[in-house]
Amino acid sequence: MITLKGKSVFGGVAIGKIAFYKRKEQQIKRIHVEDTQAEIKRFEEAKAEAIEQLKGLHEKALANVGEANAMIFEIHQMMLEDLDYNESIHNIITTQEVNAEYAVGTTADNFAAMFAAMDDAYMQGRAADVKDVSERLVAVLSGEGEGGLHTDEPAIIAADDLVPSETVQLDKSKVLGFATMYGSSNSHTAILARTMSIPAVIGLGEELSPNFDGKMAIIDGFSGCVYVDPDEETMKAMKEKQEEDRKQKELLNELKGKENVTKSGQKINLYANIGSISDIGLVLKNDAGGVGLFRSEFLYLENDTFPTEEQQFSVYKKAAESMAGKKVIIRTLDIGADKQVDYFELEKEENPALGYRAIRICLTRPEIFKTQLRALYRASAFGQIAIMFPMITSVWEVKKIKEIVEEVKKELREEGITFREDVEMGIMIETPAAVMVSRDLAKEVDFFSIGTNDLTQYTLAIDRQNLKLDPFYDPHHPAVLEMIRIAAESAHAEGKWIGICGELGADLELTETFLKMGIDELSVSPSMILPIRKKIRETE
Amino acid sequence: MKEFTYVITDPEGIHARPAGMLVKTAAGFKSDIKIEKDGKAVNAKTIFGVMGLGVKKDMEIKMTIDGEDEDQAAEVLQKFFSENL
Repeated sequence: MITLKGKSVFGGVAIGKIAFYKRKEQQIKRIHVEDTQAEIKRFEEAKAEAIEQLKGLHEKALANVGEANAMIFEIHQMMLEDLDYNESIHNIITTQEVNAEYAVGTTADNFAAMFAAMDDAYMQGRAADVKDVSERLVAVLSGEGEGGLHTDEPAIIAADDLVPSETVQLDKSKVLGFATMYGSSNSHTAILARTMSIPAVIGLGEELSPNFDGKMAIIDGFSGCVYVDPDEETMKAMKEKQEEDRKQKELLNELKGKENVTKSGQKINLYANIGSISDIGLVLKNDAGGVGLFRSEFLYLENDTFPTEEQQFSVYKKAAESMAGKKVIIRTLDIGADKQVDYFELEKEENPALGYRAIRICLTRPEIFKTQLRALYRASAFGQIAIMFPMITSVWEVKKIKEIVEEVKKELREEGITFREDVEMGIMIETPAAVMVSRDLAKEVDFFSIGTNDLTQYTLAIDRQNLKLDPFYDPHHPAVLEMIRIAAESAHAEGKWIGICGELGADLELTETFLKMGIDELSVSPSMILPIRKKIRETE
Repeated sequence: MKEFTYVITDPEGIHARPAGMLVKTAAGFKSDIKIEKDGKAVNAKTIFGVMGLGVKKDMEIKMTIDGEDEDQAAEVLQKFFSENL
């Protein structure tokens, strides 16, 4: 038995065979062929098959990541059908009397070289696309099938790390758990694991060897351990742990519909964080009382250009309607720092986390802000929408926001468009500055929501993208907890409510602390709703 | 034969996505359609040709459309450029 230790990103136990995610490394041999016509026919058949594969990927991507991101698979199809590309392959087969694999490989090298030689970093990067489609062709030709993952039965997916295009391709019904060599808690694998509620351990290092492919293994997502070729004793212990976990989940199911109330009668709201409209199903399934944080960024990240008022309106309206009268708190765009969108044309910054982002963009480019506000207010007529503004540091910012909101309302009134006058307005508390002036801020707004990720980053002066700083990143740091306490005190002193929507809200070790502080709402990922409800109901 | 020129305003130029859309649009017509930049003309129905031109913001391109449906093609393509690039 080999025991590997990594960092857990989602609890639970997974037992199954390891399927190692393989990146294609092809060796192409040059082989002389007599019948070049037959070879061309073989190429054409492989091309048809490769195009079918790409169509499948395109459909899958459409469903999972939206039209803008799925387009790449359509472009890959066009590349395979490209006249020049095909002509080159045909020519090489005919004139050099060689196998199709070699012709494809040589053509791919030539076309990739053309892109690599262009004086534009973006186009140079497209060389990878040429290679990608050509490798797909060669794989079909040589009967290797599609690269990536091959497993008929559900398996533990092992990889160095997975990029978004790879996660799109994963058949999620075949995934028991994830084990990766690298990656941070914010990597795609980690996010996917949390969304899918499956056990995952990351950062196992190079000891996680591709040789483990096909071997029996156990992921213990509670302890962050992965056991390869587990001995009987470990297997038995882990099966018990898995069973215990299953019972726990059953128990949690029983908690559906129950109140979030402590033994002594203190109540708290439990809402869910979502990143797109498709997550609403999970919110309802896990019995959340509302949406505490709807990240509107996805509308901007998925698009090639600014999303129109209509586009935004239809999404917000759908969210409001789907939640049927329950509260939906939508955060206005939080672009900048680690979330970059090309068409915003933001300049490169020395310190993006301290830079031009979120509300700072909205207040200096009011046309972008107003489009979003109009969409939000129009959608307010269809449910219980609340609006929340990110990255606030000063009272004047809030006053300025309220001025812009009034302008938007006035416009809508003049246009005879219906909206709710009493939409709740709140701000994110995620800077130490906002905490220090929280009493004054509370006078201006209806609620606070604490973004613990940024608040921790700014309070501890630690870049959360930097893996090296993980040992210093202590989310339970007393300074952070004191910040939260002060903000809660200020909100309550002004008769306003306060919630937590960052990662810390889901930290079961802190639930009791938050209850003591009198936090009114916790907003967490949908899969954490019921575990926290259980914790609350067990608290005195 | 129809011709028109267009100056690219999209900050990224004709990158992969608009190139794909252009090829798709052009392929919908029977006419022979060429896109030209700095005297180099390529078939607008081939993705490698279009991307290989490396057209960036503020560059001028010339479209040449020749064939039975050239009037309609020119109109659709002109609309395509003004809306997408």
